[in-house]
Amino acid sequence: MTGIRIREDVCTRCGECVAACPFGAIEITGGTGATSGLPRVNDSCTLCGACTDSCPVGAIEIARDSGAGPAPDHKDVWVFAEQRGGRIAGVVFELLGEGRKLADSLGQRLGAALLGSGVRGLAPELIAHGADVVYVADDPCLDRFRDEPYALVLEGMVNKYSPNIILFGATSTGRSLAPRLAGKLRTGLTADCTGLEIDTETGLLRQTRPAFGGNIMATILCRKARPQMATVRPRVMKRAGADPGRAGEVIPFAVDSGRMRIRTDVLEFVEEVTDTVSIEDADIIVSGGRGLGEARNFSLIQDLARAMKAAVGASRAAVDSGWIAYSHQVGQTGKTVCPKIYIAVGISGAVQHLAGMQGSEVIIAINKDPEAPIFKVATLGIVGDLFEVVPALTKELRKASGAD
Amino acid sequence: MKVIVCIKQVPDTTEVKINPETGTLMREGVPAIINPFDQYALEEGILTRERHGGTVTAISMGPPQAREALRDAVAMGVDDAVLLCDQRFAGADTLATAYTLARAIERLGGADLIICGKQAIDGDTAQVGPGVAEELDIPHISYVKKVVSIGDGRIKVERMVEGGVEVIESSMPVLITVMKDINQPRLPTLKGIMRAKRTEIKVWGLEDIGAEEGRVGLTGSPTEVIRVFTPELRKRGQVIEVPTEEAVAAVVRKLRELRAV
Repeated sequence: MTGIRIREDVCTRCGECVAACPFGAIEITGGTGATSGLPRVNDSCTLCGACTDSCPVGAIEIARDSGAGPAPDHKDVWVFAEQRGGRIAGVVFELLGEGRKLADSLGQRLGAALLGSGVRGLAPELIAHGADVVYVADDPCLDRFRDEPYALVLEGMVNKYSPNIILFGATSTGRSLAPRLAGKLRTGLTADCTGLEIDTETGLLRQTRPAFGGNIMATILCRKARPQMATVRPRVMKRAGADPGRAGEVIPFAVDSGRMRIRTDVLEFVEEVTDTVSIEDADIIVSGGRGLGEARNFSLIQDLARAMKAAVGASRAAVDSGWIAYSHQVGQTGKTVCPKIYIAVGISGAVQHLAGMQGSEVIIAINKDPEAPIFKVATLGIVGDLFEVVPALTKELRKASGAD
Repeated sequence: MKVIVCIKQVPDTTEVKINPETGTLMREGVPAIINPFDQYALEEGILTRERHGGTVTAISMGPPQAREALRDAVAMGVDDAVLLCDQRFAGADTLATAYTLARAIERLGGADLIICGKQAIDGDTAQVGPGVAEELDIPHISYVKKVVSIGDGRIKVERMVEGGVEVIESSMPVLITVMKDINQPRLPTLKGIMRAKRTEIKVWGLEDIGAEEGRVGLTGSPTEVIRVFTPELRKRGQVIEVPTEEAVAAVVRKLRELRAV
């Protein structure tokens, strides 16, 4: 039996739980103190336990279903081997690295589900990076990614081989496909995880992810339904190394395309024309914000990015002002990025922006306002005039690369 | 053309602050708003009606207060609004939420086009939209940045993916999830606000939508949050205020250290 109970005889009506609840699910009427009513738990409660930790007198009890035990017939950790045009997406190698660790601690195999047209040849690459088994569905109807046929084929594979865990990259493909598959399988799915580990006692997958724009982290379990499914944020997990000599098994999976109902068609793919790298894949991002003042000054960012072979990012203010396209926006309503180096120029660092970039390894900030919140997260902060610092920096870097 | 827009009332996360002493989330006084991406979904629904005729209905699942979000949707211009509100819906994860919304959409007689925001800014999962489509057994297209055309029971859209844009065509009914560059949401007019005051927001519970109790709320949710904590704050680095040359030298030194130069 699961549920939350506040013990009336113990509760002091101090109100700590009301403040601690991340979901605003606890209400207390008549103020705090002895005269007020017992805190009431409303519909928004997710039984996360933040209140039990906060309660100074231990008045809050959460009863959880302790029946854990993964169903014994579900074995192995799988990764979805996302590919586009016959090239395996970068995140897949990160999933293989992480999946290998999970599989080893469970004593199970690491599998890869590879779907596409003419993709059979990619299997050895997946094996070299840690897969023990590659399940290959190779059919013309899987040529370009489409949610419906991909979800149907994966459902068939899962029903046949019963994996325990499936990981997807939290890409536009993974985040679209995984919920569709989870719906078919009626199992749990955790979005955009940044931490995964096996609970040593129960063998369950502990899935940790940011929520509320990165303000809080939540750890999530899927106790009973199988497979346990998660999408994993790109560039967070360590990439698997390659060992071309590794042995593995390749198992073809037959697709009956005639019986497949497909209602969507990809008519064309228009590549974004840019002379720099896209921000999702970049090791270095140079981002510009409101401090640039006007559209033409954004060229300072582009010049610096070019000198460093970096991608160009932008704050919401810069995008809303029309200085650069939305596809470059970093932050809560834009993209979440985790490059090795993030250079923020003329960006004050509003919470929404920080939510999209504070996972970067190193942050360098250039801003004239010493009080700007960006300096709180910066590895190196330069208080100064960007119109002087940035051109000088660009010049210096060009010189350096010319000398190399 | 029948359009249904799914919306969620969320705390304005940009207003959420962390108590520096306890490290807990401070929610007091944080306003509840329509999830920003859902504003674009509502606008696209209303634009679709303006171009192709028909009706737009907004639905939401949430506590009684979520009625206010639906009222705001009526003020923007939707024709009708339904709140799915029932104790038994409480504690739903994305699977149970998708199931519940899908049952309500069926109860409304389905739609030609269902629009959701790409994700909600409190949960950030982006899973409910595709989940609803799966539950209704209709196709979905996520991350839509432009509706190119609608006609003859088909829709053509542009979908944003890594490194570019896909042009996708689908039969209708279809569910799309939309990004913020799809349109510019309108502000409610005075007339709209007056109408919103008069409009009755329907409230439906479990029996009204013919849902199975075992598939909604906490019981219907395979995932469970077991712990919530504040992320470790980044270590504060070095902040310097020095002449330009020195500043540039410091940055270059750092970049060399990182082997980026």
